[in-house]
Amino acid sequence: MSKVWKYGDDVNTDMLFPGKYTYSCSTAEQILPHLLEDLDPGFATGVRPGDFLLAGKNFGCGSSREQPALGLKAAGIEAVVAKSYARIFYRAAVNQGLLLIECPKAVRAYKEGDEVRLDAAAGTITVGGQSFSFPSLPEAILAIRDAGGLLPYARAKLRGRA
Amino acid sequence: MGKTFAEKILARKSGRNEVRPGEIVTVRPDRLLSHDNTAAIVAKIAADLTEFGPARKDMHVVVLDHVVPAATEKDAENHKAIRQYVQRYGVENFFDVGVGVCHQVMVEKGLALPGELIVGSDSHTCMYGALGVFATGIDRTEAATLILTGETWLKVPESIRIDLSGGLSPGVTAKDLILSIIGRLGADGANYQCVEFHGAAGLSIDERLTVANMGIEMGAKAAVFEVDSRTVEYLDSIGVVRDGNEPVWADSDAEYSRRLEFDLPTLGPLVAKPHTVDNVVSVEEVEGTPIDQCVLGTCTNGRESDFELAASILKGKQIASGTRLLLLPASREILRRAIASGAIDALLAAGGTLLPTGCGPCLGAHQGVLAAGERCLSTSNRNFKGRMGCAKAEIFLASPATVAASAIHGRISDPRKISPFSPP
Ligand code: SF4
Repeated sequence: MSKVWKYGDDVNTDMLFPGKYTYSCSTAEQILPHLLEDLDPGFATGVRPGDFLLAGKNFGCGSSREQPALGLKAAGIEAVVAKSYARIFYRAAVNQGLLLIECPKAVRAYKEGDEVRLDAAAGTITVGGQSFSFPSLPEAILAIRDAGGLLPYARAKLRGRA
Repeated sequence: MGKTFAEKILARKSGRNEVRPGEIVTVRPDRLLSHDNTAAIVAKIAADLTEFGPARKDMHVVVLDHVVPAATEKDAENHKAIRQYVQRYGVENFFDVGVGVCHQVMVEKGLALPGELIVGSDSHTCMYGALGVFATGIDRTEAATLILTGETWLKVPESIRIDLSGGLSPGVTAKDLILSIIGRLGADGANYQCVEFHGAAGLSIDERLTVANMGIEMGAKAAVFEVDSRTVEYLDSIGVVRDGNEPVWADSDAEYSRRLEFDLPTLGPLVAKPHTVDNVVSVEEVEGTPIDQCVLGTCTNGRESDFELAASILKGKQIASGTRLLLLPASREILRRAIASGAIDALLAAGGTLLPTGCGPCLGAHQGVLAAGERCLSTSNRNFKGRMGCAKAEIFLASPATVAASAIHGRISDPRKISPFSPP
């Protein structure tokens, strides 16, 4: 069973990845040991591919640094499920191909020990047996996701033009 | 139905007659800003740059400011790689160590003009909204893509209208205004929204810059002011020739998701307590809290008027022993003017320490990093846990007046209780 990492409201980018490492760590290998360092020191060593991260409102507020999104994607987080997201983080996640689900009901329904399962194609998330649907993403964003992130998407476009 | 600032400018920049909130549009920004993160950005596209080259040479503005001069060998290597990129690809607007904090440099070099769309790989890019720019922060991957393609996607935001009335009382500043707005709206109160400030004729450009700078602290995508005679005067003063530059502003019957009013004369000095910017209280509530370090400056409050205000309070006085006062001018131009005006001398005489222009302690990388258990009172824009280096330190945010008054006592103090705001 995949593990669920649950946090509160207003989890900011410094809690997700301390600003003091912004210029020394930019690759996945450098980012991973410091991921959520000041929020949850057990996260970096405990996280496994397929885990979920649940959070309250305004997840990812603060700086424009992309290490949180890049790091969570590289750690294999299946999806972040939050009540809402801060906008720069939302874009960063789209650009990295990290799945963000905005579903306050699912977050509220979660109790310690509940299993979380995702059916991305059907747009549903199941929390402890209760199923919630989340809205599908706009086409422009899906196209970026399908290409594997913004850079691969742009490269394909540039090659198409050339 | 009228249109908001955001609807008008994003229609213009996406080449459409009209756009509606929620639509995703492809835009070609006028400028792209990046700073010490430039090396990490271009590293993502090293091979693509060789293959395709940059889309536009005049778009990318690069400013070295975050860890300047280099604090470690690693920073030095980073700066070196950035200089090589700038050379190799002929980046026209490059500002090396010491010119200033990127956002101030954008504004004072005339690289952020009314009616433009600017993106930057830094969250406080929203500051140029003070000059009627739609300016917003993006991440490094998006910046890298922009270098190659010259275009990106934006979701047209809804807008919040904030009406200001009256003027600020003595000892109360634009920083107190924006803290009161963030305190009322909350850290996500303007998430995905463009915040329009109306009724701001009484605010100087410096004051508008402070307010717009902190738009992101309530989640705003952009925070904008109307272009008026003060804006034009400012642009003239920095020698901007505005041929063909057309400001944009909202129609009076535009549609808003929310409207709020703020009565400036009723505001007093405010403080944001650790560890969120919306944790705002009146200065009275935290008066007397001992402070180890005071920071005066950054892109939020590091302009000449900020130093002059602080100097008017600290002139002829001494900061408390056991307290340090760090001075961090937002640019070399500002520093030169604040030296010429005597403000810097007054602050140094009072016991201040002058840091090189740049970001310094603001992001906890060097120069004024805090120890565990220490408390800092800063004019910067973020008090997040760990922001200034140590997660066990506390950061309080306030205006330059409150920071100056507090430096004298070594404790959080109400600037209105001390000269020049009250008789000595
Ligand atoms: S001064 Fe602080 S807030 Fe401003 S750009 Fe530098 S690090 Fe960011």
